[in-house]
Formats: sequence, C-alpha cells, structure tokens
Amino acid sequence: MNENTSEIVIELDNVEKYFGQQKVLNGVSLQVRAGTTTVIVGASGQGKSVILKHMLGLMRPDTGRVVVFGQELSQLNTKQLRDVRSHFGVLFQNVALFDSMSIFDNVALPLRERTDKNEAEVRANVEEKLALMGLEEHGNKFPAQLSGGMQKRVGLARALVLNPRVVFFDEPTTGLDVSKSNEIYRLFFETQARLNYTAVIVSHDVPKIFKLSDSVALMAEGTLQGSMSPEAFQLSDNPLIRSFVLETMGPIYSSEAEEALLYETL
Amino acid sequence: MKLIAKLGAETLRVLELLGRFGLFLLTCLYCALTPPYKLAPIVHQIRFIGAHSLFVISFTGLFTGMVLSLQGYYTLAKFGSVGFLGAAVSLSLIRELGPVIGALMVIGRAGSAICAEVGIMRNSEQIDALECMAIDPYRFLIAPKLIAGLIAMPLLTCVFDVVGIFGGFLVGVELFDVSAGAYFQGMYSSVGWHDIEMGLVKSVVFGLLLVWICAAKGFFLHLERGGGFGAEGVSRTTTSAVVIASVSVLVWDYLISAVLL
Repeated sequence: MNENTSEIVIELDNVEKYFGQQKVLNGVSLQVRAGTTTVIVGASGQGKSVILKHMLGLMRPDTGRVVVFGQELSQLNTKQLRDVRSHFGVLFQNVALFDSMSIFDNVALPLRERTDKNEAEVRANVEEKLALMGLEEHGNKFPAQLSGGMQKRVGLARALVLNPRVVFFDEPTTGLDVSKSNEIYRLFFETQARLNYTAVIVSHDVPKIFKLSDSVALMAEGTLQGSMSPEAFQLSDNPLIRSFVLETMGPIYSSEAEEALLYETL
Repeated sequence: MKLIAKLGAETLRVLELLGRFGLFLLTCLYCALTPPYKLAPIVHQIRFIGAHSLFVISFTGLFTGMVLSLQGYYTLAKFGSVGFLGAAVSLSLIRELGPVIGALMVIGRAGSAICAEVGIMRNSEQIDALECMAIDPYRFLIAPKLIAGLIAMPLLTCVFDVVGIFGGFLVGVELFDVSAGAYFQGMYSSVGWHDIEMGLVKSVVFGLLLVWICAAKGFFLHLERGGGFGAEGVSRTTTSAVVIASVSVLVWDYLISAVLL
C-alpha cells in the first residue's frame, strides 16, 4: 500500500506511562498512515493493549503525545474526544458485546445513538453488515447463544457499521481455532478492501498476522522496536526482534550462507 | 512519621473518592436534564426499579404496619389511648418508616443489581466499548437509572405507606377490636400535608442516593482499593455499595428530619 506517502492518522510521540511504580510504556513512538495496516506484536504483558488504549483516548500518557487526525488527545475535552472517536471502530479482545441486547440491537446501537437514521434505515444498514459477516440468520439471538467466532464477527460488524476511518483490533483471534481465525482474517481482508479503513492490530498470532500487515512493530521492554515492513521485520538485526522472530517462527534466513553460518556457530 | 504518612494518604484517598463521586453525580444530573431525552430507557428502568419492587415493598409495608399496630396497641392501651392507634401508625409510616424501610428494600433489590450490572459492564470492557463508539456512558447507562430512581422511589413509598396503614388496620381493628372509625379518624385528624411532604422529600433524596452510590461504585469498579476485577471484585464492590447506600439513607434521614421538623 501507499505506506510512506499517505497522511499520518495516528502518531505516538515518546509516550511514557506508569502504573504505580511500574513503567509500562517507556518512550513509545509510532506513526500509523492512512489506509495501511499496522500490527503491534509482542509477548503477553508487554503493554500492547495499553498502547491501543492510548490511541483510543481511554488512557492518557504521563509524558509524550498521542496525536490522532492532527489533534493531541490529551488536549481535547470530552466532546472533542468523542468527535475523534466517532471515526473509530474497535474489535475488543473479549468482544464487549452487550449481553442483554440481541445481536441486531448490538450492531444497531451506534446507528441509533449517533445518527439520525430512522428505524428502516437502521434495519437495512444492520442487515447489510450482518450479511457481510454471514450472520443474517442470527440477528434475534443473544451474544451468549453464539460461539466465540460468531461473537467476534458480531463485534466486527458493530465496529464497521458506521464505516469508520480507523479500526482497532485487540487480539482479534484470541481463543479461536485455526479455521475460525482464518475466517476473521478473511473478513478483515474483504472489509478493508471494501471500506478502505486504516487498521491497527494488536496480536501475537505470528507469523499469520504478517500477511495482513504493511508495518510491524514489536512491543518489548516498554518500547516499540521496529515499525517496518513484515519482510524487513523478519530479517531485522535488532536483537529483540530477532529473538522474538526466532521464538515465534523458528529461524529465518536471508540466505543459505547465513543459515549455514548459524548452524556452524551452534 | 509513618502514621502521619498513612493518615495523609488515607485523607487524600477519601478526598479523591468524594471528588470522583461528586463529579459523577453532577455529570449524571447534567445528562438527565439536557436533551436528547429518550423515554424508552427511562420507562424500562422505572419498570425495573419500581414495578419489580412492588411485591417486596407491599410485603414489607404490610408487616411493618402490622407490627407498628401491634406494638402501638399495647403501649397506647396502658394510657387508655387506643383511639390514637391510627394516628400513631400512619404518622410513623408516612414520616419515617415508609421512606426509610422502602429505600432499604429497594437498595437490596435494585441497588445491588445496578451496581453489579454496571460493574460487570466495566469489567467486560462494555463501558470502554461505549466510549469508543462515541456514546456517552453517563447519558446512555446511568441517567435513565437516576431519573427512574427519582420517579419510582416516591411512588414505592406511597405504596408502602398505604399497604402499611392497611396492615395496621388489620391488626388494630380486626384483631384488637379498635373501632375502624377511630382508627381512620385518628389518621385524618393527625396527618397533615407537612407529614406527607416530609415523606416525599425523603423518598426523592433516597432514590437519588441509592442510584448514585450503587451506580458510581459499579462504574468505578476498576479503581476500587484492592482491585475490583473478577467475580470476587464485583461481589465485594456490590456488598460495599449496599452498605454505603444503606448507611447514607439513615444519615440523610436524620438530616432531613432535623431540617423539616
């Protein structure tokens, strides 16, 4: 994609965050460009979701800046922040569907609360998104009546129902088997091609997630390492990235000579 | 030195808590009083807080009136004043016991449910999801509950009073053969608008208190001392919300009585 030329929609500039005495983010910097897919990988507990919450304005940095659509989030009042978020869609790790609402009502909620559409327009819009996710038969059910994979698809339908400019995915395939994960990735591909949204994905589904991404960054030791193409990431000299790639994917070599050298050293 | 540091830290914690709860109430009141107004969620909450509490309110009201009448009869009989039984039962219920016991019952039934519901929504990121969808959680979640509490609590108190007076009538008139005319005449001649007003003011304040405290405890579950996460966190926070709301009702009962008497 047009990674290096499109406008920057999200920028983290030297963000630091403490939880009590513990420094979780230690000078995190990142740029997310329009229309691209940025993937943040890393081991559990490294602060990947914390970065996502800073981008969403759910957390404020102790130092540094989070700039979205040219506006620094910490400088915005509640209404301005809500205006920025009106361009967001989010698929949460545990989906965060409203248990007491039907699937239809869950997807319809943003339309009913944030637009002036009448009920017929809401219905048409929701049915279109449910059909896109293959859930047109399940609108009257409740979240607890659906499988984990189906709930993720409902979450994706809700995230996309207002055609957002940026969609955030927090561990979109956690708890799903391979076929259900592939289904989510397929839907991601299809919907991004159709709606042309910018995607930020937090995941540890390596190496599969690399196929989706324009840019990959590793969250380790409180900072983001890399932020480069998946190919460059897998061949990076950065010891932290190299160690992560080796642990999650096994050895990857840029040449046969390099592979031979590794075996010699072993 | 350590003691002073602990005292200071605790003072700061309490001040922060009061500030947070105060801002929560102001935000909810602002959301409740400003458009857009949506009737359906308010009606739904009135049904939940009000209609679903009718049985427990009627049941406790009946027995409260009956025990008042029973105790009152034996006390008044010592002074040969059983003719004042209707006045004693109705004044006790309307001014004091109706609003207080009614509020304590609604805290137990609806307040705990509000705290647990909002707390679970906080734990399962549903409130974060609302924020991310640019939907104001105060307006969407809390304001309808607050309005419903303000409407339902006075109505439930009225039901409590009426059923209680009927309970007192059953014991006094049917069991102890007090004259029905004397029972009701005593009530008519002693209960004035001022007494009813006091009961209604109390019930409105208690309605506000119970929704405010229970909803705020759930809303700030993640900031609870000792962690509010998981099922245990929700259960601990709900218990604490019920205790604080109940104690607040008793404290405010005294304050309102002291001002209005």
